[in-house]
Amino acid sequence: MDSSNNYKKNCDYELIIIGAGPAGLSAAKTAAERGVNVILIDENDRPGGQLFTQTHKFFGSKEHYAGIRGFQIGEKLLKDLAEINVKLLLNTTVFGIFPTEKRVMYSTNNSKIHTIMSENILIATGALEKPILFKGWTLPGVMGAGAAQTMMNVYRVLPGKRVIMIGSGNVGLIVSYQLMQAGSKVLGVIELLPKISGYKVHAAKIRRAGVPILTSHTIIEAKGKNFVKSAVISRINFNNGSIEYIKGSEFEINCDLICIASGFQPFSELCWQLGLEMKYISALGGFVPVHNIYMESSIPGIFVAGDVAGIEEASTAMEEGKLVGEVVAFRLGYSKEKDFKIYFNQINKRLSDLRSGSFGIERKKGKSILTNYS
Amino acid sequence: MLKKIRKIPNFDNAGVLSLKDLKAIPGFPSETDFENDLVAVIECDEDIPCNPCEDVCPHSAIKVGLPITNLPHLDAKKCIGCLKCVAICPGLCIFVINKNFDDKNSLIFIPYEYSPLPNKGQLVRALNRKGEYVCKGIVYKVIKSSKKNSSSIVGIIVPKKFYNEVRHFNF
Ligand SMILES: Cc1cc2nc3c(=O)[nH]c(=O)nc-3n(C[C@H](O)[C@H](O)[C@H](O)COP(=O)(O)OP(=O)(O)OC[C@H]3O[C@@H](n4cnc5c(N)ncnc54)[C@H](O)[C@@H]3O)c2cc1C
Repeated sequence: MDSSNNYKKNCDYELIIIGAGPAGLSAAKTAAERGVNVILIDENDRPGGQLFTQTHKFFGSKEHYAGIRGFQIGEKLLKDLAEINVKLLLNTTVFGIFPTEKRVMYSTNNSKIHTIMSENILIATGALEKPILFKGWTLPGVMGAGAAQTMMNVYRVLPGKRVIMIGSGNVGLIVSYQLMQAGSKVLGVIELLPKISGYKVHAAKIRRAGVPILTSHTIIEAKGKNFVKSAVISRINFNNGSIEYIKGSEFEINCDLICIASGFQPFSELCWQLGLEMKYISALGGFVPVHNIYMESSIPGIFVAGDVAGIEEASTAMEEGKLVGEVVAFRLGYSKEKDFKIYFNQINKRLSDLRSGSFGIERKKGKSILTNYS
Repeated sequence: MLKKIRKIPNFDNAGVLSLKDLKAIPGFPSETDFENDLVAVIECDEDIPCNPCEDVCPHSAIKVGLPITNLPHLDAKKCIGCLKCVAICPGLCIFVINKNFDDKNSLIFIPYEYSPLPNKGQLVRALNRKGEYVCKGIVYKVIKSSKKNSSSIVGIIVPKKFYNEVRHFNF
């Protein structure tokens, strides 16, 4: 008992949040509003995570700011943050967590290393783009769709004029649209599967602007000497799960940008480093930290939320963040059990709604595998 | 021999709804609904968790309900074509159409997020859902997006027979 009291005294904050995307920001707001002493750390020079690269209107409901553009949701979350008492550390990378005494190591602007302690740590580090490999994929001019989006929407640099997009998930479709808005010509979207994998409305938007979507096709090669000059594309057949190129169907087309939008995976380095129990769930983007219904990982007091806990959406990331905020506040005695139960049920209801329908059901199953497992 | 091409052909219908698909959608007006004045045309046929159209409609003409993945249902009798849903829909899949704009023409309001915007009276190339040229259109009205971050909306006039075909334009 004594030692734990000592430990509490030594804690610098009641909650350390790593990553200030929609998940981290929502957790910070909820927890701080209940009275928790929070620090929020992000390696970027401004909080908001992926929201600041998104210029399109978001799906969802009013609670999730649907119909509002991603970057504007980011601005709203930041405004909320300014109204509450949260310590914010930007340009700061967390590169290690000691599991036993829950000490977080970070460095600001790559200078001195500091550590801080807390009983509660939330890892909300988001996602990482998954590349696909093909001949020539390391040439300049081949990049992730997220990178292209950051270049044009954050830094105002057009990444290319003639674009081949690989992948017809929502990211491929949305980034194609944004490239067109920025003035590029999207020559086509190439999809391995026999059908479009993103929302049809996103596909319809680029189809009516004249962009073809080639299903059952893939890229074989990016050609060029110092920079991408062309892409070689082939029609494919699936044969017992393996891909067969259809001879004679290949074509080469000049382009100066090949964007890869083949999905995201949880940005889980800190989770691995901590030794959290991980499980591979394809519908959630790969290896995900196992967590219970309170978003608590296999180490008590270490929480996960947002894309790092399974690739989903900003709306679900915000709800998971709020959930962690409520759980920590309750455990620290800032809210009554009766109230906590109400908040907890409300958030879970919204999460369950967001994970219904044909696009959400696999994620819902994936999440329940995780929570049943732990 | 590797074929070199300059343009990928617009060969199939992936991502393009057919009229048959559309008619089965609860947000798509019936033929009689189209005869009466302005009406919203909601080309949304997937169970996406999304409901701002329901939220924004001042006449309760659009219902999504719970769960939020329900498709939007249009009550065309209540719809007055105020364009609020066109401006907010994140899928950019709502249009407002006045089939009988005059004897010969229909008026189609289209969400448009490219720049520059066309000018009123300008001649444009009206396109179908596949981006193919359909006919000439004339810009009737341009509603610029506002701070409230709705999309810009352009109303174009096209010959009546194309009211269900034209869904985009360029110039
Ligand atoms: C093209 C595209 C379109 C999308 N459209 C939609 C949409 O319409 N609707 C929707 O709901 N969602 C959409 N999303 C998804 C949404 O953006 C993400 O699900 C959401 O941003 C995830 O939030 P997060 O807080 O988990 O992670 P992120 O937003 O990725 O934030 C993570 C943060 O953690 C920081 N970080 C990571 N590691 C460290 C570290 N070690 N130290 C310090 N900081 C660290 C990062 O800098 C980042 O700021 C879209 C995504 C993309 C790419």
